[in-house]
Amino acid sequence: MMDQQHSEHGQGHGTLKQYVIGFALSIILTIIPLIIVLNDLLEGAAAIVVLIGMGALQFIVQLIFFMHLREEKKPRYNLMTLIFGLIILVTIVGGSMWILLYNGVMHH
Amino acid sequence: MANSLNHEMMNEHQHGHDGHHDQEELRQFGFWIFLMTDVILFSVLFATYIVLSGSTNGGPGTELFELNGIIISTFVLLTSSFTSGLAVLAMHQGKKNALINWLIVTALLGATFITLEVTEFMTLVHEGATIGTSAFWSAFFTLVGTHGLHVSIGLVWMVALMFQIKKYGINPVTIRKVNIVSLYWHFLDVVWIFVFTIVYLMGVM
Repeated sequence: MMDQQHSEHGQGHGTLKQYVIGFALSIILTIIPLIIVLNDLLEGAAAIVVLIGMGALQFIVQLIFFMHLREEKKPRYNLMTLIFGLIILVTIVGGSMWILLYNGVMHH
Repeated sequence: MANSLNHEMMNEHQHGHDGHHDQEELRQFGFWIFLMTDVILFSVLFATYIVLSGSTNGGPGTELFELNGIIISTFVLLTSSFTSGLAVLAMHQGKKNALINWLIVTALLGATFITLEVTEFMTLVHEGATIGTSAFWSAFFTLVGTHGLHVSIGLVWMVALMFQIKKYGINPVTIRKVNIVSLYWHFLDVVWIFVFTIVYLMGVM
């Protein structure tokens, strides 16, 4: 019964609590990298890994708390499309960086 | 392809639902596919920016970035993502006025973000960094400008939607449109987080 009522609105739309938690998490995930950069707490590869990691977590927070990806009904077409998009993203960004940044160094 | 997808989605809700509702859901999925094409567009622009981030041709580089303004606009956009969520929440509770008011708050925050961005661009140009200065600045203005253009389109769209809701109220069509514009707005927030991290935070590091 509960389920039927929920699906009446199509996609899930969350609760106030969910939005507040999501908002708080997104603020925290923005402040942490800011503190790291403004105080020079990390350098080089470690800094890049932490900063990108925070960005990725932020992305997941938005997907779950705001875009309601987890409340999607089966079959999970949205999730499948997202994974496809991310594979293309990693291929383009990773591939370009690998070829144009690192292979370029070899010629110097 | 679209037909078989439609058919599968129909099967999903065969109990007690009309075809119209499934059509709305399919339209939302179509918009999700559009967002994924935007993921591809932005990944190309990010790849270009990362590869060209050292190519300043002896001219000005990332030292021109003013982090204070960027921090303010980041929190403005994060907050607007939250308020667009509150708009969706008000809509599902059937509160038409609250829905319109939250959309107004979201649009005002979005307009603040765009104003800050235009101010930043003008300062940069004033200091001698234009889109033609070097490969780095071409990549910078294309990436950040494309995001700003998306936000501006979202603003126009949101304002148009407010008039529609005022005129027609909350019905299946306006529900879908609000859901979609909110999805778009959250997505732009995600893109901005990566602009903020890769362009600005790593730029000043």
